[in-house]
Amino acid sequence: MFHAIKEGIGQEVEYVWHAEKSLEGFDAIMIPGGFSYGDYLRTGAIARFSNIMPAIMEAAKAGKPILGVCNGFQILLEAGLLPGAMRRNQHLSFICRPEVLKVVNTNTMFSSAFEEGETITIPIAHGEGNYYCDEKTLEELKKENRIVFEYETNPNGSISDIAGITNKEGNVLGMMPHPERAADSLLGNTDGLKLFQSILKHWSDTHANVTA
Amino acid sequence: MKKVKVTITLRESVLDPQGQAVSGAIERLGFGGVKNVRIGKLIELDVEDHVTELEIKEMCEKLLANTVIEDYRYEVEEGVVQ
Repeated sequence: MFHAIKEGIGQEVEYVWHAEKSLEGFDAIMIPGGFSYGDYLRTGAIARFSNIMPAIMEAAKAGKPILGVCNGFQILLEAGLLPGAMRRNQHLSFICRPEVLKVVNTNTMFSSAFEEGETITIPIAHGEGNYYCDEKTLEELKKENRIVFEYETNPNGSISDIAGITNKEGNVLGMMPHPERAADSLLGNTDGLKLFQSILKHWSDTHANVTA
Repeated sequence: MKKVKVTITLRESVLDPQGQAVSGAIERLGFGGVKNVRIGKLIELDVEDHVTELEIKEMCEKLLANTVIEDYRYEVEEGVVQ
């Protein structure tokens, strides 16, 4: 994730330790994958109460772009920044392979650099990516165009083939696939780079008055 | 001290892939008549006497269970922990 920002889009980036309390000075927050607290109790359930979380909630409220990938998505769900919850993959196995995703909404600050309906290949690596929400929430997600990425072939049982969703305001994106692992030509795939370019473009657009 | 036993299960409306796998294994072992298997968690807490039911409920709802997909119930055994 760090290198996707630093080399991929050439922007300043810093790690923030979970015990920190402030995110002052940051324009965007990326919560990466990993297995925080060993996935004990539930994925993201304990990390969701980290010292840094109130600052993340605050940044979300302030409209800053917040991206949660994999365990980052799970943490955002547990924190209630995104609706729904994660279940074990339908066939119970940990899946680590490239997946084809459909970009179903390019009208977000995370996906504007993609073409509508574009298919991209992004790796997944998770045991619990089987997204669940109740029917009412699913209807809302669809009606409000909050589903950004869908799996072309559903790998994990996720409801409605969902791979990534945003909050109502559109500034918080959670997704199971790893765009940062497809952001360097050395790795043979740069499909994920457009996501980071979209965030950068959004920042440039909204800060145009300041920089001009 | 008292012992609080919290049982957490997936909601009935939520598919339980682990339960399904175990159900299949039971059937393959030759046991008939098992219609449904749901897997949950048992969490035991030893708590001091001043901890209230309200606090226990809060612990369940905030952390121990994810009420989007899970149900919880608990029982309190008084005076079982020294």
